Amino acid sequence: MAQPLVKKDDDRDDEAEYSPFLGIEKGAVLQEARVFNDPQLDARRCSQVITKLLYLLNQGESFTKVEATEVFFSVTKLFQSRDLGLRRMVYLIIKELSPSADEVIIVTSSLMKDMNSKTDMYRANAIRVLCRITDGTLLTQIERYLKQAIVDKNPVVASAALVSGIHLLQTNPEIVKRWSNEVQEAVQSRAALVQFHALALLHQIRQNDRLAVSKLVTSLTRGTVRSPLAQCLLIRYTSQVIRESGNNAQSGDRPFYDFLESCLRHKSEMVIFEAAKAITELSGVTSRELTPAITVLQLFLSSSKPVLRFAAVRTLNKVAMTHPMAVTNCNIDMESLISDQNRSIATLAITTLLKTGNESSVDRLMKQITNFMSDIADEFKIVVVEAIRSLCLKFPLKYRSLMNFLSNILREEGGFDYKKAIVDSIVILIRDIPDAKESGLLHLCEFIEDCEFTYLSTQILHFLGVEGPKTSDPSKYIRYIYNRVHLENATVRASAVSTLAKFGAAVDELKPRIFVLLRRCLFDNDDEVRDRATLYLNTLGGDGAVVETDKDVKDFLFGSFDIPLANLETSLKNYEPSEEPFDIISVPKEVKSQPLAEKKAPGKKPTGLGAPASGPSSTADAYERLLLSIPEFANLGKLFKSSAPVELTEAETEYAVNVVKHIFDRHVVFQYNCTNTIPEQLLEDVIVLVDASEAEEFSELFSKPLRSLPYDSPGQTFVAFEKPEGLPTVGKFSNILKFIVKEVDPTTGETEDDGVEDEYQLEDLEVVAADYILKVGVSNFRNAWESLGPDSEKVDEYGLGPRESLAEAVNTVINLLGMQPCEGTEVVPPNSRSHTCLLSGVFIGNVKVLVRLSFGLDGPKDVAMKLSVRSEDENVSDAIHEIVASG
Amino acid sequence: MASYGLCPSIKNILLLDSEGKRVAVKYYSDDWPTNNSKLAFEKFVFTKTAKTNARAEADITLLENNVIIYKFVQDLHFFVTGGDDENELILASVLQGFFDAVTLLLRNNVEKREALENLDLILLCLDEIVDGGMILETNGPLIAEKVTSHSLDADAPLSEQTLTQAWATAREHLTRTLLK
Repeated sequence: MAQPLVKKDDDRDDEAEYSPFLGIEKGAVLQEARVFNDPQLDARRCSQVITKLLYLLNQGESFTKVEATEVFFSVTKLFQSRDLGLRRMVYLIIKELSPSADEVIIVTSSLMKDMNSKTDMYRANAIRVLCRITDGTLLTQIERYLKQAIVDKNPVVASAALVSGIHLLQTNPEIVKRWSNEVQEAVQSRAALVQFHALALLHQIRQNDRLAVSKLVTSLTRGTVRSPLAQCLLIRYTSQVIRESGNNAQSGDRPFYDFLESCLRHKSEMVIFEAAKAITELSGVTSRELTPAITVLQLFLSSSKPVLRFAAVRTLNKVAMTHPMAVTNCNIDMESLISDQNRSIATLAITTLLKTGNESSVDRLMKQITNFMSDIADEFKIVVVEAIRSLCLKFPLKYRSLMNFLSNILREEGGFDYKKAIVDSIVILIRDIPDAKESGLLHLCEFIEDCEFTYLSTQILHFLGVEGPKTSDPSKYIRYIYNRVHLENATVRASAVSTLAKFGAAVDELKPRIFVLLRRCLFDNDDEVRDRATLYLNTLGGDGAVVETDKDVKDFLFGSFDIPLANLETSLKNYEPSEEPFDIISVPKEVKSQPLAEKKAPGKKPTGLGAPASGPSSTADAYERLLLSIPEFANLGKLFKSSAPVELTEAETEYAVNVVKHIFDRHVVFQYNCTNTIPEQLLEDVIVLVDASEAEEFSELFSKPLRSLPYDSPGQTFVAFEKPEGLPTVGKFSNILKFIVKEVDPTTGETEDDGVEDEYQLEDLEVVAADYILKVGVSNFRNAWESLGPDSEKVDEYGLGPRESLAEAVNTVINLLGMQPCEGTEVVPPNSRSHTCLLSGVFIGNVKVLVRLSFGLDGPKDVAMKLSVRSEDENVSDAIHEIVASG
Repeated sequence: MASYGLCPSIKNILLLDSEGKRVAVKYYSDDWPTNNSKLAFEKFVFTKTAKTNARAEADITLLENNVIIYKFVQDLHFFVTGGDDENELILASVLQGFFDAVTLLLRNNVEKREALENLDLILLCLDEIVDGGMILETNGPLIAEKVTSHSLDADAPLSEQTLTQAWATAREHLTRTLLK
């Protein structure tokens, strides 16, 4: 169509002729607005000024509060004029100015007068304006008029009231709900739009009442709805009812399906489409139900109107995701849409075809897609990319042409989301189609050569690090990766360093070359890059020797990071710089829903540490953490050993107490884990009185009471003793649990203020020599044994007396010594007459001890044992013998 | 704009010139809270659609999860925006109503200059099509009639009445002839 193109600012005068608003200025217009105050109103002039004000607002100019108020007040004067055109403009500007509540009062009476005017146009507009600017209080005053208006014989007035009702329902639902009788009447209106508005309002009034909505739908689907818009609404409500009625439609007779199907024959395209769309979106739709909907959509595909074609192809596209077979009938029509002028339609057609197409048509489709990729929006490109990805997974043999396509579009311009979709697709293809790996990785390498998105570069580098070393020729990727170190920002450089290290760790031939590259990174100007390079050089043994990579290093580089980052962050924040290095093992691994409440006293952690150990290393760590968190124990030095919990009470007593012995170099700390099993009691100031009269070498240092012990929430109290340094001092302790009992009402949880002191006798506790020996295994007992040499060896023979079996005797001795059995020698083969058991451990003071036990059956039940001990310290060897001799 | 349940809703109606500048716009949704975000949206929509040929029939596109139906006449670009899930044909009927009404109101001179000179009519027209996102009327001639119809005000003085009446009749007459 020939049409005069607007010339761009040829000439200032030209432009002046063009716009009646040229050179318009807010200040001047506000001045002009004074005409509103003239006693003799010039309606035409006033209309013009309002138009100018509206123009300014429309162009995005904003009025200050003062300006807006001033304009509003002068505008209210214009209600004096009876000029209809001016009145319309007054309505319009009042809505635009959105006056504040105290200002609204000024115009309320004028608007209420208009609401009752004989002029329909006044009534309709006054209702809309008043409802727009009013608040709830005023609403009750005008409610009566609004109810009348809803059933007004003038459709414009009725619609105005109904639409206002829809808006007011959001703010004043209780008032609007009172109108349902009138609204119901309006649903029967002969005026199309009134019916639409009334239906919309009625449904919203009843939307929370499923039964009412269902009734509404049932009655209306039988009757005649005149307006296409109302019919569309009814279709939506119907599908909602179908959705909510659930799965009682297995028989195939879905309620209301007939209604939806009949709408496919409606004379309005809007309704036909709404019904077709509703049918395709039915949950668990069958192909029999789909067919009529697909048929009408197929007709739309060849419409001359782009909007119809678009709507149809978009819906079919969605259907193709779940029911590709149902859409195949439309394939011929779809193919003609590939060349549609509207690129959106073409894209949707292509992606639908990709979903429904077969293997033989792939190449042809790809060719067609390539032609138009450059002129569609990113959103559509993403759709295409996703369709191609699923196609590729469907037809793995076609990966070559699809991968080529992806790599081509990867090189073209595009936003982040689009590029990310492509990269994700390539990564998925590499994972799922082994043949595609090498070419895919190279495409990614080429992409990062010129990638503006840091996120994507780092993701690809990480992926290269994992997949690259597994390819036939890992070396060819190195160049791409090292280029990043030269050319990119610090984040990408750091990931490139990590990736290089992974290649070095996984491919031994590449190691020397990787070291050279990493060493160059040591001079990077970014801390992180340097740190990483240094770290990897050290872990990989970059000091020249090319050794096989440790398993630890591989775990470090390739293993998954199993600590929740949030926990790590908290731990790092809590860590205070000190001699003690930060230990990552101390970071809790469990994912917490909420951060640990810091105000909680450490002694009250309801973590149930006293529970039997789940895994030895983790409990030891937990104990250490627990002790470190208590300031009094911080200066006791390094924890040497924590024993397994020893029960001090019988099972199922009122108070369950067990104890864990923590051994330090010069101290012993008893950790009493107490549990209150009586719901009616709250224990306070819980402490254990320890009598060390049978443990002369121990002297009590201090104790840490437990402030409160509520029902069923374990708590700990501690008692610390001093002992001679480095010696396996033994002793026996008697314990009394002392506390204040307070009554608790278990129903309300209220606690009485007064408490009674009480005591509870616990069983005795012993510190034995085994508490001073750590179970530490050696990998090769013979080597270790030889290396200690015969000088420190002490040998003696013991008669163990009658035993149940050889195995029982072996176990007893192992437990007595508390050492780690080596090389599986703790297992005694059945029916054997003799057995040798190897033990290793570390004695307090960090002295390595190895024990060789030779058992023999002497007679039917008597067991004899030869004990050979070697250690770094003769005294320790003697100590072991003492343990056995006294045990 | 609050959500109106399952009701079709309009996010905005735009009337831009051939350079993408505003002639008249109306937003009903909070998706674009500031004037700058509105301007950015208009610029985006304009540039994305400028190259297409939406003169004979309204065209359609999907941008940033909005369905946009548009039609160009002379140096005016008409747009109606709705949500991702909206029935495209309903949106198209709104655009058609807007376009038809504007054509009638501007006496077939659908161009920027004429539109600006009759900006009051255009603004009233927008006001009569959609109210706060709810569709009020989609029939173009009816909309135009609502904008121009100044049915007699019984209270008005005689002289003013006749003038208004004469004006209204003249308008109506023109409208009728154009409709044919």
